[in-house]
Amino acid sequence: MSRWSRPLFWVLALAICGQGWAQSSKGQHQGIGRAATADEIAAWDTDVRGDLKGLPPGSGSVSRGEVVWEAKCASCHGSFGESNQFFPPLIGGITAEDIKTGRVAGLVRGGDQRSTVMKLPKISTLWDYINRAMPWQAPKTLTADEVYAVTAYILNQGNIVPGSFVLSDRNMAEVQAMLPNRNGMTRNHGLWDTRGKPDVKAAACMRNCGPEPRITSQLPDHASGSHGNLAEQYRLFGQVRMAVLPAVKPVAAAAAPAGVSDPGRSLADKNGCLACHAPKQRTIGPALAEIASKYRGVSDAESRLVAKVRAGGQGVWGNMPMPPYQNLPEQELRAMVQWMLKSE
Amino acid sequence: MKRITAIGQVKPAVEDRRGFLRRSLSLTGGAVAALAGGGAAIAKGDPAILQLPAHSTGLGQPVAARGYGKPSEFEKNLQRRESPGLTRVSQSSVAFAPLQGLFGIITPNGLHFERHHQGWWDIDPRQHRLMLHGLVREARVYTMDDLMRLPSVSRIHFIECGANSGMEWANVAVPTVQYSHGMLSCCEFTGVRLATLLEHCGADVKKGRYLLAEGADGSGLTRTIGMERALDDVIVAWAMNGECLRPENGYPLRLVVPGVQGVSWVKWLRRLEVGDQPWDTREEALHYIDLMPDGLHRQYSSVQECKSVITTPSGGQVLLNQGQYNVTGLAWSGRGRIRRVDVSFDGGRNWKIARLEAPVLPKALTRFNISWNWDGRPAILQSRAIDDTGYVQPKIAQLRAVRGTRSIYHNNAIQSWLVAASGEVSNVQVE
Repeated sequence: MSRWSRPLFWVLALAICGQGWAQSSKGQHQGIGRAATADEIAAWDTDVRGDLKGLPPGSGSVSRGEVVWEAKCASCHGSFGESNQFFPPLIGGITAEDIKTGRVAGLVRGGDQRSTVMKLPKISTLWDYINRAMPWQAPKTLTADEVYAVTAYILNQGNIVPGSFVLSDRNMAEVQAMLPNRNGMTRNHGLWDTRGKPDVKAAACMRNCGPEPRITSQLPDHASGSHGNLAEQYRLFGQVRMAVLPAVKPVAAAAAPAGVSDPGRSLADKNGCLACHAPKQRTIGPALAEIASKYRGVSDAESRLVAKVRAGGQGVWGNMPMPPYQNLPEQELRAMVQWMLKSE
Repeated sequence: MKRITAIGQVKPAVEDRRGFLRRSLSLTGGAVAALAGGGAAIAKGDPAILQLPAHSTGLGQPVAARGYGKPSEFEKNLQRRESPGLTRVSQSSVAFAPLQGLFGIITPNGLHFERHHQGWWDIDPRQHRLMLHGLVREARVYTMDDLMRLPSVSRIHFIECGANSGMEWANVAVPTVQYSHGMLSCCEFTGVRLATLLEHCGADVKKGRYLLAEGADGSGLTRTIGMERALDDVIVAWAMNGECLRPENGYPLRLVVPGVQGVSWVKWLRRLEVGDQPWDTREEALHYIDLMPDGLHRQYSSVQECKSVITTPSGGQVLLNQGQYNVTGLAWSGRGRIRRVDVSFDGGRNWKIARLEAPVLPKALTRFNISWNWDGRPAILQSRAIDDTGYVQPKIAQLRAVRGTRSIYHNNAIQSWLVAASGEVSNVQVE
């Protein structure tokens, strides 16, 4: 303080704090944040609302759209927006009648895959999303005219506008009136806000409720192995284990060598070892040949392997746990291990 | 290093699952325990006791060996995972939280479910800005420095994707609770109340009945939020469970909209605009819309209604043997607090009241427990939650009667797990 003359201090203090004082009239939290500039707001406020508020001037033809589409969109969505390879299809499932009524009959009937044009209630939604998020790997790189053009191309592929059509900020509202699902949305439900009224009512019966339960659905056969080996998706202790993937067994069993009469081999089969350990190829667990090779030349290989089978384990050969086999008779276990160690 | 772990004995389920279950179910009365527990006596005792292991007879590792700690090597099976075939592009996909292995109500940050629309980023917080504009007295820009100087709150809330359990509207489709219910997590979030920011900018809350929230990622994800909700308990959050948000969960800033589906919890939040109409953005006009039997889509269906699920025992698991089990699970409601959870062991004919563990917080996961003595006979386990509005979690048939099977979103049905005589647990639907 002594270094500053008193008048100079006050001049500086006023200059520095002027902004803060101006804000203090606005209430709490002084000095937090600042006013956004007009350019900053324009840079980020690109959204186009259902009533077309925010739509920038510009235009694009279907034919210009086709050129942009082939270059930047077709690799994911297919040449005609029909592709189902990476994303659900954009095009398909609407009729001339739908365009007339503004309700897509396919959505009432069901069964069809729901394409984007089947659901689309507002043309702004399509324009805004392409503008903000497309192309997939380079979002926000299209010009406004390109967005109009691509939107026009999609509408044309959906038979909503003719091939000669030019979409612009001046006719977006007309296109809105042609969308096949423009009347297909409802906000008349109690699930908008957490204070809304529920549509499904259940009662909490406690005793002898309803008829004897009947199982109406189980995991379909084709899905039984769809999520990988469940045993690898849970810890190895606790109240329960995850089941070993049942579908793997036949593959491993078929791979077992035929015509071998070693008693160790039949014991290994009987005890289920071959469900996870094939002779030469790694399946759920390491191949028998791999184990044998690891222990080749190890003096106490047999007793070490016997201990391993008893204890079970995880991590030596991968993440798949081997369950412990504590209760195998010692003689049988030794016979199996001796046989396994002979594998090549 | 040795990684010997399990002591209990489990017979691997190597039979064809359907045949196994069919036979198990046809067994009536006579209890069959397929899984022998305990087994033959060990001559002198348990080697885990009799033989001192390395960790009792050697020197352990030093402090700070791992500057940021991680779970035990033995826990590595618990991972967030994609459901194969659900999506075809991993940047626009879901990783499900492993609910089958979690305890209490807090989801560890590394296991919080993920849902991205165009991939995730690790954004430099020094370059991150939040803009608030539209129907406000003054449009403003905030840095992270600014936001963190404002009065903050810390609150525990669940987040659930609107499409959680969505694969099962028509039939059983997935094997485990990770995939049937794993788009669900619960954290203690820290941030500034959105109401504080709206007030600071002088938002016109009369005319401005809606708010648009926008993310800074490639998708520029946008959702409309009602002003009444925005002024209530919504938080602009920078932290979860005591540390800053994880990049996959919106680092450095996300919206927390308690009770409302996850898509509204905009990640990498960069912009909030006050307006007088909803926006009809892609995520509220093409997706996150519920198809009803009459072909109409419900738009702005947002609330995650009262729901619960038993996480142990649950689909894909195997009970070790007969006897005592601690049946445990989670209950939650977007409308408020959980009042009660009932558990049935006979497919919904008879119910018992489960124990709720504290804390029981509004719009947060609530942990329930109930003891069960499994006698080895087939059983169907269900849980049913009731929230403090009196709403009772419905059966799938009750939901379908109103909403059909094509909604995709907002399936809060009672979940059924079939315990076979073999001890195998599987996902079923019952009527």
